[in-house]
Amino acid sequence: MDSKNQPSKTVYAKTVKPPVIQIGPIGWIRKNLFSDWFNSVLTVITVIFLIKTVPPLVTWAFVDSLWFSTGAECHEAGGACWSVVTGNFRFIIFGFYPHDQHWRPFLAMILLAGLLFYSQNRDHWNKYLAYGWILGLFLMGLLMKGGILGLDTVESTQWGGLPLTLILSIFGLTAAYPMGVLLALGRQSRMPIIQSLCIVYIELIRGVPLISLLFMSSVVFPLFLPEGVSFNNILRAQVAIILFTAAYIAEVVRGGLQGMARGQYEAAESLGLNYVQTMRLVILPQALKIVIPPSVSILISAFKDTSLVVIIALYDLLKTTQSTLTNPEWMGFSAEAYIFVAMIYFTCCFFMSNYSRRLERELNRSNR
Amino acid sequence: MNQENLKNDDALQSREAVIEIKNLHKWFGEMHVLKDISMTVRKGERIVICGPSGSGKSTLIRCINRLEEHQRGRIIVHGVELNNNMKNIEKIRADVGMVFQHFNLFPHLTILENLTLGPIWVRKVPKKEALDTAMYYLEKVHISEQAKKYPGQLSGGQQQRVAIARSLCMKPNIMLFDEPTSALDPEMVKEVLDVMISLAQEGMTMLVVSHEMGFAKSVAHRVLFMDFGQILEKNTPKEFFENPQHERSRLFISQILH
Ligand SMILES: Nc1ncnc2c1ncn2[C@@H]1O[C@H](COP(=O)(O)OP(=O)(O)OP(=O)(O)O)[C@@H](O)[C@H]1O
Ligand SMILES: [Mg+2]
Repeated sequence: MDSKNQPSKTVYAKTVKPPVIQIGPIGWIRKNLFSDWFNSVLTVITVIFLIKTVPPLVTWAFVDSLWFSTGAECHEAGGACWSVVTGNFRFIIFGFYPHDQHWRPFLAMILLAGLLFYSQNRDHWNKYLAYGWILGLFLMGLLMKGGILGLDTVESTQWGGLPLTLILSIFGLTAAYPMGVLLALGRQSRMPIIQSLCIVYIELIRGVPLISLLFMSSVVFPLFLPEGVSFNNILRAQVAIILFTAAYIAEVVRGGLQGMARGQYEAAESLGLNYVQTMRLVILPQALKIVIPPSVSILISAFKDTSLVVIIALYDLLKTTQSTLTNPEWMGFSAEAYIFVAMIYFTCCFFMSNYSRRLERELNRSNR
Repeated sequence: MNQENLKNDDALQSREAVIEIKNLHKWFGEMHVLKDISMTVRKGERIVICGPSGSGKSTLIRCINRLEEHQRGRIIVHGVELNNNMKNIEKIRADVGMVFQHFNLFPHLTILENLTLGPIWVRKVPKKEALDTAMYYLEKVHISEQAKKYPGQLSGGQQQRVAIARSLCMKPNIMLFDEPTSALDPEMVKEVLDVMISLAQEGMTMLVVSHEMGFAKSVAHRVLFMDFGQILEKNTPKEFFENPQHERSRLFISQILH
């Protein structure tokens, strides 16, 4: 056989590992912390700062700290007084809710946590889960309020602490989201009256701070009510929070709607779907997915903003903490108490943002 | 396939008119984009519309299912006049299928869900039946093995075939195509055209905006040439491509043939 007439064979180049310049921790440190003089100076300053601050903090929080003591003992010791939290735990968490009934808000919170946990898995999302949520929220209200099935009635003026914070935010957010979506759709509407109403509403609400809305709902609003008619204080705060959050949600959702290609509307319409079907089945599922990250930041700030209800004398988590600190026995330990409350808020917000990131990932996986 | 058979349709002129357009005018703001268009489409008739970019081809067929609103003249589809009555519009849209240049599949739904959406929500077909119909048409466009996938996972040619199947699932009487192959890579054009040709063989009434000469020659009864918002020439495909009457169409054909 004459090899000259053979087609030339492809010769593949050997694959080799990328060149290793420096490995191990020394290499990493040199590359990331001391790459040039500026970086080195920053590193040194940071290290000095950490040496100055971290050990004293650890000593204060853990070494010299008291966990289960009286306030008097705390005042003598030098470290952190976590006893302010442990000693007033039930009051901080449950406020003025009758002591022997604390199991009820506790159960309500467990129920809520269970529902949230179950809803994490997107495979569980269906009609029945929605019914489950409605039933769950109803049960929570029932547990809190009582007055039926042999449960003592606990007036909402006695609700407080973490359950109140959670109720205000969960009910607030679940009501504000659909309302925000409707407002966003209204703002895009071709009917001028609806459109201008929505614009006026959104811009009005966004132009005032939540605090002023809360004030108005608790001070101004009752002035318009007929003599003798009183409106539950919590409900009024709740309404203010819903109205406020909905306006922000509306703007975020509008952004998502604007991001939708015109072809999606046209494809849906050319199948004969009507406006509601087009929105519900084609446009909103996509638009809402785009706006998950900004929606979650709104939800997170709305959650934190519920703490503003202290100004209308509701005993939410922050207020119960505050009033613990007015007790002479525990006066002066605000750092410890507020660190504890901050941790609760942080845990909830961290859960929310984590959840949204997971949700986004899952939705992306299924759509791509 | 036998090209002559496909078009040998002497009786066409006596068939019922399914689309009647009378003195249609359309403006975008101040711009007059459709100028006094009149035409009749008969049952089973296949019309290819061509013309330079911006001549109003898309606008014309989009007026037929009211994706664009016309300002003067009348459009009557299956005896129903298009006006502001939303019920009429939805009825006509359900009976008239539309295929877009950029497919416009719903990216958040699987292929199967894309196909069953219209039948279930508009036609109120039971889910089981809608699924069967969807599978039938997916097989017809040779893509049934992709049923569980999402549109983003398919090639352009496959997506366009899905889009055609989606329209067919509504059991339309008329199909509108707006440059169905012009967003596709050359090797995928044929697979889409083949589907359209087989649709033509079954006697579907089709209005196709396209510059695919081969397709026009093999299936179209008539070619309309549009420019400046007007229909400048109506002719048989053979005559149109070999011996165009209007100077604009002559220029246009010499350009698409290079
Ligand atoms: N939504 C719109 N608003 C304003 N002007 C438009 C709109 N849609 C189309 N036009 C204009 O109307 C004219 C006709 O457009 P049309 O899309 O019907 O052309 P076409 O023949 O389909 O062109 P092409 O081959 O590029 O698709 C063009 O001048 C275009 O710029
Ligand atoms: Mg066009």
